[in-house]
Amino acid sequence: MSQVALTARATTRQGRRPSGGTGATWGSPVTYLIATVLIAVCIAPVLYIIVGGFRTNSQITVDPSGWPNPWVFTNYTDVLTSGPFWQQFGNSTISAVSTTVGTVALALMASFVIARYDFKGRNAMYALFAAGLMFPLTVAITPLYLLIRNLGLTNNLIGIILPQIAFSLPTTVIILVPFLAAIPKELEEAAFIDGASRLGFFFRMVLPLSLPGVITTGILAFIGAWNGYMLPLFILNSSELYTLPLGVQAFSSEHSVNTAAVLAFTSLSMIPALLFFSIFERRIVGGLTGAVKG
Amino acid sequence: MSETVNALPQRSSGSLSLRGGAAKASPRGDRARAQWRKRAEIAILSGPAIIMFLAFVIFPVFMAAYYGFFRWKGFGPPTNFIGFQNYVTIFTDQNFLDALRHNGFILVMSLVMQGPAAVAFALLLNQNIKGRSLIRVLIFVPYVISEVIVGTGWSLMLQYQGALNDLLTNMGLGWMATDWIADPNIAIWTLMVIISWKYIGFAVILMLAGMQGIPDELYEAAAIDGASYWKIQRWITLPLLGPTIRVWAFLSIIGSLQLFDLVYIIWGQYVASTAGTSTMATYMVREGRLAGNYGYGNAVAVVIFVISLVIALTYQRFVLRRDTAGALTEKATKEDR
Repeated sequence: MSQVALTARATTRQGRRPSGGTGATWGSPVTYLIATVLIAVCIAPVLYIIVGGFRTNSQITVDPSGWPNPWVFTNYTDVLTSGPFWQQFGNSTISAVSTTVGTVALALMASFVIARYDFKGRNAMYALFAAGLMFPLTVAITPLYLLIRNLGLTNNLIGIILPQIAFSLPTTVIILVPFLAAIPKELEEAAFIDGASRLGFFFRMVLPLSLPGVITTGILAFIGAWNGYMLPLFILNSSELYTLPLGVQAFSSEHSVNTAAVLAFTSLSMIPALLFFSIFERRIVGGLTGAVKG
Repeated sequence: MSETVNALPQRSSGSLSLRGGAAKASPRGDRARAQWRKRAEIAILSGPAIIMFLAFVIFPVFMAAYYGFFRWKGFGPPTNFIGFQNYVTIFTDQNFLDALRHNGFILVMSLVMQGPAAVAFALLLNQNIKGRSLIRVLIFVPYVISEVIVGTGWSLMLQYQGALNDLLTNMGLGWMATDWIADPNIAIWTLMVIISWKYIGFAVILMLAGMQGIPDELYEAAAIDGASYWKIQRWITLPLLGPTIRVWAFLSIIGSLQLFDLVYIIWGQYVASTAGTSTMATYMVREGRLAGNYGYGNAVAVVIFVISLVIALTYQRFVLRRDTAGALTEKATKEDR
């Protein structure tokens, strides 16, 4: 998660126009050639998964690196008509949506305090969340599992949602604080003159104005929860509660001989994250600044 | 700021007094009430986040430190206090030392393999070429899909009977075909390739963002002075990209030390150590959770945490200190203004 945070934060600096082109002496064909190779390397394994889902197992056995011939759709339709896939899809959706809503709501309130209130301990509060980047899930997972078990939340989606919210808070707060701090004081004063309380200002002005930051952090939290593996692995034991990553793993070990089906299952399970990512990417490219410039 | 607030009418002083100046003008009762109200607002707004964070992030780490002193199977309260025995066992277990060595290797190789490549690709993509935004979307795809999918896809592709070996054979390079995943001489390099593939898009995007933060004026001035493209990149882009590179390296180091998902999915909990790809985290899960030795598993967690913390703090102290963007504590005061 912490990695994603910096990307999004970096975009806040991205208001300026691209500048590298100045003085470029490279021939364009070379540039395009390298870029094409780079893209091919990045995309080939993903294409292998997607295209492999359109082949039969005998095609895959006879010619592992070949193209579908003929294209078969039964792998995909089988997965799409199977109960487990949709159940896991549903579980992932519940987990990711709840995590997103919870993270954004809690982080927005806390960031508002850090950005707009003057009080002792404000820096300490920010440092507390910033230090959270140093506490990755890997380190906390064993005691966290014990905690969740003591709370009676193992085998319960709430048992993964609560820690997911807690672990996405640091990055979300760190992204949102500069956003909220950037809302001009004049707006706040104008709201007070109009008789709004600080909380009224929060709901009527801060929420709408920080929407771009909220959307970005929301998408980050969503993708993080959707892709999460370690936490569900520890917390969820019964297969009815599996999220898609666990489902993919279970499916691929159960159907290890049915490679084509595994590929189809795998590629279908990455669609939502890719979909959300395309929105996220537009945010990166478009930049986060400007929305609140007043 | 507080000057402008001072000029505001009395009725809003309830919430504004916390700005300092206004409070002095209002009667004492008002001020006390405003203070309480402010405290209540702070508590209500930040309380839930802080409680969640302390309960599920900070508290478990402290519990790990406590549990780590016990031999404990995870049932009932831990009673068998054994002091530092778990830690002695960890540092005398060859499996852990191997895992630690693998983590070190992954840490260094991630920096060496991804850093220069990411800067080079970012330089390439920072030019005004058509389709640049599409390229950026595509190289970011591996970063966005989950580790499980990456692991499943790559392990199918890299099987001995898989697509890669088949491709090599078709290209007349059949002698290169090997068991990419199980061969202990090769497995860690396979892992490095997969890691680089998955995370380089992130590094490139980060570098690109850093490059776009460099003021145009510098490039224009250099161009007027007749500097060549390479001179400009060497003497303007690279130095000014320093903070971004250092932040990326920090994130990469932390990620390398915590690596779990990919190894666990591709190599499973047992094969990883024989293939030479086990990490501290897979060791922790295998010896702690799967073996049911929760006291021991927690001790391993503490070791991972301390190693990560020491490396991170050392890095921040000696490398990131120059960059306000990186140092966590400095950032707090800077961005809070």
